Amino acid sequence: MNDLIEIRWHGRGGQGAKTAAMLLADVAFSIGKQVQGFPEYGPERMGAPITAYNRISDRELRVHSNIYHPDYVAVVDETLLHDVDVTSGLSVDGGILINTDKNKDELIPLLRGYQGNVYTIDARKISEEALGKYFPNMPMLAAMVKITGVMDEERFFKEMQTSLEHKFAKKPEVLEGNMKALRMAFKEVQ
Amino acid sequence: MAIKERMSGNEAVAYAIMQINPDVMPAFPITPSTELPQFVSNYVANGKIDTEFIPVESEHSSMSAAIGASAAGARTLTATSSCGLAYMWEMLYVAASDRLPIALALVNRGLTGPLNINCEHSDSMGARDSGWIQIYAENNQEAYDNFVMAYRIAEHKDVMLPIMACMDGFITSHAVMNITLLEDDVVKDFVGEYKPEHFLLNKEEVMAIGPYGVSNYCMEAKRAQAQAMMNAKQVILDVAEEFEKISGRKYGLFEEYRLEDADYAIVAIGSACGTAKDAVDKLRDKGIKAGLLKIRVFRPFPAKELAEALKSCKAIAIMDRAESYSANGGPLAAELGAALFKYKNQAEVLNLMYGLSGRDITVEDFEKVYEDLADAAVNGVKEDAEYRYIGIRE
Repeated sequence: MNDLIEIRWHGRGGQGAKTAAMLLADVAFSIGKQVQGFPEYGPERMGAPITAYNRISDRELRVHSNIYHPDYVAVVDETLLHDVDVTSGLSVDGGILINTDKNKDELIPLLRGYQGNVYTIDARKISEEALGKYFPNMPMLAAMVKITGVMDEERFFKEMQTSLEHKFAKKPEVLEGNMKALRMAFKEVQ
Repeated sequence: MAIKERMSGNEAVAYAIMQINPDVMPAFPITPSTELPQFVSNYVANGKIDTEFIPVESEHSSMSAAIGASAAGARTLTATSSCGLAYMWEMLYVAASDRLPIALALVNRGLTGPLNINCEHSDSMGARDSGWIQIYAENNQEAYDNFVMAYRIAEHKDVMLPIMACMDGFITSHAVMNITLLEDDVVKDFVGEYKPEHFLLNKEEVMAIGPYGVSNYCMEAKRAQAQAMMNAKQVILDVAEEFEKISGRKYGLFEEYRLEDADYAIVAIGSACGTAKDAVDKLRDKGIKAGLLKIRVFRPFPAKELAEALKSCKAIAIMDRAESYSANGGPLAAELGAALFKYKNQAEVLNLMYGLSGRDITVEDFEKVYEDLADAAVNGVKEDAEYRYIGIRE
């Protein structure tokens, strides 16, 4: 892992891009990293494009600006590819993760000439299969952990198990589904 | 043992409030401080603390209720942002002149308009002459630490003034970052119990608080209030010294970052200072003597100490996150400019506006400011550059 990893999340209000960024900060914190997870707020409304950010490092994080040259970008809603310049400033050594049921060749023309790695994940299919509902943030989180290599697979599942047990202490029935979504996504991201 | 955690600024201040367990919190929600009363009322509902939480119908009422509670002898706080603070305006002066040590967690957000929810210092800067102590934070850690120190300063017998502990809206209040917390009993011991000398519910000492002040006495009351603000400077330093013993973290009236031998200094307040520190390091690596002075305490204003700290700089950029529409620069520039003149500092001075309504400021923006300072040190300040907006589209 680089000394500093910077990630930008693109989603639409209500889809959980901010939650995914916060979960990533949490899980990176659990392995002793210095973390930042923060949203960029505009006029909040369901469906409007929103952005959230992560910085993950071994050093103290002091910069409080948004991220203009991310190592990785996550796109929670592929329709954003038409509206938002999601690859703006994106490092060619990093990559972009897109939630889609399409294959990469169909999406690459929408990436405005981006030359780095393109990863896809069908978070809807995974979420609906594992949870019976569409919550893309768990699959997106697992896929992001895998492509960035922030932490290894076993440690990630162990930390998530602990954190979800705490989070869903009053709803233990959803724990298994969330863990399943994470495991499926870790396997299926390509 | 210190506790390693990750929290947003709002969570961190709410945690400090939980540890202090104040007596009364009247509050009315407003973005981005809404989470504070929300978290505190959760603590109350879960039986974690026995603070009397009073949901009120406006900020004028929250400050009025805080004044009533504090006058009665209760350790009191409230939280707000932006227009919420503006709506408290007349009561802010009442709290200060009644010498009530109320704590206000202020999450800085610009005053309307245009209507915007993001960070700016126009809310607290507007209230800078209301008689409240003002302490600002760079990040969640400082927001937490400042709140732990707040009552020790406000309730000190030489001070007895209300205190505003400020953090940047969203940038600090909503960003999750690492933080080191103190244990509950360490905080409780540090803050101690509130034993007011005079209070309304003391039946042994019948008194009136806030009556009409006749001209024959009013001026003395104001002079005494001004003296309390002067006294606060030393108390803030003493409390910081004690805080260092329990936390290992050192605080002063301001922070000097690589300033000692700096030719070029930026002076700013709040979260932007963290970003500026990265710029300082980058320039130092290139051999450029850049430094930063981060204001922590704006009220009382440490004029003499600031002038002393900046005395060997060739050029200084004073950065304001609030427009005061004075046609003469922002509030920090006006006050620090006066201090530099009074104490005969000869540096070239720029006043830069930045970050209004949440406009982002980057490491590169700060690097450019240092370039401008280097130019000003040699060529003097050009007339059109002395009062400038960073990143503005003309």
